[in-house]
Amino acid sequence: MTEAPVLSLREISKRFGAVVASDKVSLDLRPGEIHALIGPNGAGKSTLIAQIAGTLRSDAGAVIFEGRDVTGLDAVARARAGLGRTFQISSLAMEYTVLQNALLGAAGQAGAAFSLLRPVMKNRILIEAAEAALEAVGLAEFRALRTDELSHGQRRQLEVAIALTLRPRAFLMDEPMAGLGMEGSRAMTEFLDRLRQRAPILLVEHDMDAVFRLADRVSVLVYGKIIATGPAGEIRTDPAVRRAYLGEEDA
Amino acid sequence: MLTERRLNILVLALLLAVPLWAWIANEPFTITLATRAVIFAIAGVGLNLALGTGGLVSLGHAAFFGIGGYAMGILASHAQAYTAIFEWPVMLEGTKSMPIIWLVAILASALAALAIGALSLRTSGVYFIMITLAFGQMFYYFMISWPAYGGEDGLSIYVRNGFPGLNTLDPIQFFGLTFVILLLVLGLVTRLRASAFGLALGAARQNEARLRAVGIDPYRLYLLAFTLSGAITGLSGALFADLNRFVSPTMFSWHTSGEIIVFIILGGVGRLMGPVIGAALYVMLEHLLGGVSDYWQIYFGAILLAVVLFARGGLIGLLVGREVAHD
Repeated sequence: MTEAPVLSLREISKRFGAVVASDKVSLDLRPGEIHALIGPNGAGKSTLIAQIAGTLRSDAGAVIFEGRDVTGLDAVARARAGLGRTFQISSLAMEYTVLQNALLGAAGQAGAAFSLLRPVMKNRILIEAAEAALEAVGLAEFRALRTDELSHGQRRQLEVAIALTLRPRAFLMDEPMAGLGMEGSRAMTEFLDRLRQRAPILLVEHDMDAVFRLADRVSVLVYGKIIATGPAGEIRTDPAVRRAYLGEEDA
Repeated sequence: MLTERRLNILVLALLLAVPLWAWIANEPFTITLATRAVIFAIAGVGLNLALGTGGLVSLGHAAFFGIGGYAMGILASHAQAYTAIFEWPVMLEGTKSMPIIWLVAILASALAALAIGALSLRTSGVYFIMITLAFGQMFYYFMISWPAYGGEDGLSIYVRNGFPGLNTLDPIQFFGLTFVILLLVLGLVTRLRASAFGLALGAARQNEARLRAVGIDPYRLYLLAFTLSGAITGLSGALFADLNRFVSPTMFSWHTSGEIIVFIILGGVGRLMGPVIGAALYVMLEHLLGGVSDYWQIYFGAILLAVVLFARGGLIGLLVGREVAHD
């Protein structure tokens, strides 16, 4: 691999009191790849995503995005810089329609949030961007539904759709499959498989079938430390990983 | 079927019809009541932008109402006394012209809202309520202790300020003026709410983390909303002062802030016409119940309690249900 990574973590750490949530984590996300981050509950995966997205400030280390040190930037600036994240627990404007939520992303991407007088619902460019994103995740027919009427799985899809509207140059996805069910999970897997061509994905996921089907590389996080990084096939057979995470059962 | 749009038109039509009827029937006091309702409505529409759309519960909007009032009071008192406001570094004189007074009221209250907002918006929730209350009270006590403009006694303006082409002392003409301003303000707020800014502001109220994740800073949205909100409330303060031809520190008191919030809650939080319905109802009840008892607010409190308990979306919510997202 000679291509420069899109996103690099350099020994980033975070502690909450005595608990070390992430301990000198270094990790690369290369162009075109899906890099899965797995680990048992409480390993610090969501903390790490928050540190990368900028919602949590790291105690030490650096986050390099497209060759630029973004460690000092907050979540807003990092989103503007091209980091598109989805939340583990759906984080949506629940009183809005599905389309309005997607529009929010399109407006953010276009830097239109301070456009005061132009009706957003008549802004062709933003509407088209939002509808394309809904179409891509399969929510187009629910565009007029209030978001709090969506099923849990549909909310996950909307999370991804909003991230799409941002046209990010790297995706940070925190368990996009959670609660999707068999059918939804399969559709999302196929979707992410194609999505990697648009931008690489750092994927936190519990669904091991999806992880091993999608991931080019896998990093295993245990107690805030990365104990192994490598191609999916190697990780599956790594004895330390099996002991720490995959357990005795056959993965 | 009664849709929100139809209800809005009906309310505005009523608000226009009552003073017109009173004009024909020669009941100037009713016209004054309607004018009072319209002016309160403007104040409420202003606050509703911050409170309803943005979720910013400001208990300090009396500050902007009062600043608008004193903008009128100070300018007009100098004009009627033929004295300059100050002579150095430039000579600045008072004025009796409404458009200039309004402009000063809007600018002064916007500036104050920008400063108060910049500090207050660093907090949220109950702390935000308390800090805005504190700012409001600071203005109140400052105005009481500042002797230059009447201190506790306030300022009387003998003749209502002028508007080109109108006789503002004629109640129906002054009503018409305030009604047009209400329509303009409603138009502006409708545009704001339908814009990308409005979409983002509403999202900020619902979920700040979502907004940050799409690269929009909630703080800057809130600050702009708070400033616009303060400016609109300031304008209504100038009109209120002109209606009474009198300003006093009471305009700054936290009762005033509370009243403006009550208009919004009565009519419907976050609904375009919520404060208009609320203000009209408030003025009506104030007049009717005030005739029954000096302690009319006891009965008013009971009504407010009933609305909060049984119609959580205010009267609009009760009549037409929750807001339909326009698509």
